Amino acid sequence: MKKFSSLLHNLILTPSRNTKIKLLQDYFKTLDINRAYALAILSDQLSFQFIKASKLRELVYGQVDQHLFDYSYDYVGDLAETISLIWPTNKEGKSQNLSTLIENIKKIKKSEINTEFSKVLSELSNNERWTLIKICTGGLRIGVSERLVKTALADLYNKSVNEIEEIWHGLEFPYENLFQWLKNETSKPKIDFKKLFHPMMLANPIDEEKDFKRLDANEFQAEYKWDGIRVQLMVSSNSVSLYSRTGDNISSAFPEIIETTKGDAVIDGELLVGGNFKPSGFNDLQQRLNRKKASKDLQKKFPVFIRAYDILFYKGKDLRKLSLVERRKYLEKFQKENTTNQIDLSTIINFSTWEELTKYKNNFYDDLNEGVMIKLKNSEYLPGRKKGYWYKWKKNPKLVDAILMYAQRGHGKRSSYYSDFTFGVWKENELVPIGKAYSGYTDKELLVLDKFIRNNTTNKFGPVREVKKEIILEVAFDDVFPSTRHKSGVAMRFPRIHRIRWDKPINEVLSIKEFKKEFKID
Amino acid sequence: MDFINHQLFIKDINVHIDPILPKKTAIITHGHADHARFGHDHVIATRQTIDIMKIRYGDKCAKKFTPLRYGQKYSIKNYDFTLHPAGHILGSAQVLIEKNNHRLVITGDYKVGKDETCKNFKLVKCDTLITEATFGLPIFQHPDPKDEIQKLIRSIKINKNNCHIVGAYALGKAQRVMNLLRQQKYNETIYIHGSLEKLCQYYSKEKINIGKFEKVSSKDKSFYEGKIIIAPPSALKDRWSRRFPNPIICMASGWMTVKQRAKQQGIELPLVISDHSDWNELLDTIKKSKAKNILITHGQEDALVYYCKKQNLVSKPLSIQGRGDEEIE
Repeated sequence: MKKFSSLLHNLILTPSRNTKIKLLQDYFKTLDINRAYALAILSDQLSFQFIKASKLRELVYGQVDQHLFDYSYDYVGDLAETISLIWPTNKEGKSQNLSTLIENIKKIKKSEINTEFSKVLSELSNNERWTLIKICTGGLRIGVSERLVKTALADLYNKSVNEIEEIWHGLEFPYENLFQWLKNETSKPKIDFKKLFHPMMLANPIDEEKDFKRLDANEFQAEYKWDGIRVQLMVSSNSVSLYSRTGDNISSAFPEIIETTKGDAVIDGELLVGGNFKPSGFNDLQQRLNRKKASKDLQKKFPVFIRAYDILFYKGKDLRKLSLVERRKYLEKFQKENTTNQIDLSTIINFSTWEELTKYKNNFYDDLNEGVMIKLKNSEYLPGRKKGYWYKWKKNPKLVDAILMYAQRGHGKRSSYYSDFTFGVWKENELVPIGKAYSGYTDKELLVLDKFIRNNTTNKFGPVREVKKEIILEVAFDDVFPSTRHKSGVAMRFPRIHRIRWDKPINEVLSIKEFKKEFKID
Repeated sequence: MDFINHQLFIKDINVHIDPILPKKTAIITHGHADHARFGHDHVIATRQTIDIMKIRYGDKCAKKFTPLRYGQKYSIKNYDFTLHPAGHILGSAQVLIEKNNHRLVITGDYKVGKDETCKNFKLVKCDTLITEATFGLPIFQHPDPKDEIQKLIRSIKINKNNCHIVGAYALGKAQRVMNLLRQQKYNETIYIHGSLEKLCQYYSKEKINIGKFEKVSSKDKSFYEGKIIIAPPSALKDRWSRRFPNPIICMASGWMTVKQRAKQQGIELPLVISDHSDWNELLDTIKKSKAKNILITHGQEDALVYYCKKQNLVSKPLSIQGRGDEEIE
């Protein structure tokens, strides 16, 4: 338990992805049964339903004065941490294995929780207590995704992440078959294919100059690129489940799809929000993301559907070796069996030259698609980002000139640089912020901006610096939406710094009125 | 006790304790900037506190200085003043004021735990205790500083290609970290930020064992691999820190008890080393002082006031202007 809790402690404090991977690998390298527990905890597959925040409060009030606890909680702001710090440690306690500890807690009867669980907490050190409470209440929030854990394991044993991802959802605690295979002691675990997540086929951005000269337009088909989230839908006679592109099971958040889909297939597509198959934009989709459950109200207000564009299995048959054109026939068959409001087909765009495709890329549906996908007609379904099969061709980004207003230091490598920039446009004689960006600039531009900010700070608000209004940034962004949360009334999607406009005076920057008009926001 | 007001001012004889603005007579508990200021007419303090003030603000930072030994009496009218070790930093003192058989102690900043860099805290019995409360919450229970410094030493052994920059307040904490490293047999040269140099030299002169140190000068990056660098917390975020190879940012402070705080500040290796009393030490001091009247200054006073009232002690918070900057210890 000591080792695992110091792993979590270190993970939460390091900003570097590589260091996190190294820390995880060091842990998985050295332990036996404990690492199975660690893996279950880090991938959020282990929690104790009966120990909730309210229960923990009740327990801590039994240990320390309620007011003193409340003062402390006010100060710390994190329940697990406050309890771990304030709980009186019984110095007699022996250090226990992570596995023993978890098993002992599992054995605690509901009626004995108050005494037994309190006893366990008393015998741990601060950091162990913090770890245990985090485990019990679920959701570690230590900046480590499931994907990162898989990456650490894959790198440690020279496997590919995709291989782990493929079998991940068929694995069960204590993952013996996984670890044995990783160490090359056995072959890859065989898992019921309906439980398998199949790593997705990904596209490369097209290089307009090189690729269009090289590639024959007749060998490709195109589809619109939709701004939703990529999903894999697994349908069988007894279960339907939905996975995100990283292999997370997101079924519970989209019950309408799970309940209505029928058949026996594995489908690849884009999850979108909108009624009657009319997507209403990413802003609406966000209302449905990052939720464990969706209420009836939410389902009604933000209905979802899947725009299907590929099929991997149909009635037990593996279609991945077939060509895209062949697979499409199976996909159409599947869709005919599912004429609900939840699944439709991605339209195929007919074109014979690349020039012809350009107009589709830029104009069609205006704001609702992000560009086009270009797919080789006889491509197999290949996991990962293989070159030469699928391409994405994004619309040109929208551009606006805005004035640098505030800056903040970045994180990790950039912690000594002012690298997060807030910019704005005019509203009468004042500036109003329209967005914030922390990418897109070159290293050289960053140095220039950092220096400007340090020498031209006019005001400080905690970590935020206000600067002289002199620098104009050309900001590129994918889209812009109306927003009630921002003073300017707009919210940008993926803004980044395109370049610094040294040539332009600040009074030529748009007003918010003009900005809204130009980008068609009411 | 009504002879002193909430600004620690004794009107009767025109004497202030740790005043923020220039005053006629100022008794200074210790050299930190939120207690010792420039421009008083007359400063009464320990010799070391006076030395430190002169190093920081120049020889003419006050018109007149009166150094007092610990325990040496200084009287103005019917007020008797003595200074007693506070164990906070080199030269730090508590102020005992005796008047008509009433004993009032102003602790200043203090810590009860052992510290080789200064004279250790001495408990003074009194009727009225004015105590600090920087860490006045039960979540603050400082660990053994030796264990904390071992974390730093271990990290150096594991991460040979990184340098460790330790954020520590320039006066007191920096030298304490150096001394703790020496106690744990770390004998390499310690590199310091320029702003620490004069104070480190002074500590050495006062025979405090902080070992060999050298100011950081712009040598090539790889020189600092595997080294320890000590800098004031503000320098961690400054351009200054860019010159080092793969720095691991550490911070020596009682605030590092709270992980979320360390994370917010971008600290990768928090070291819970404090020069203030923790919760239990505050309670213990209050109890052992036998004072019936407890006034609580800068810090988390609410919880401590609540606790004292529960113990049937007369207690109230005393808010002194200009204190409670958490960066300063």
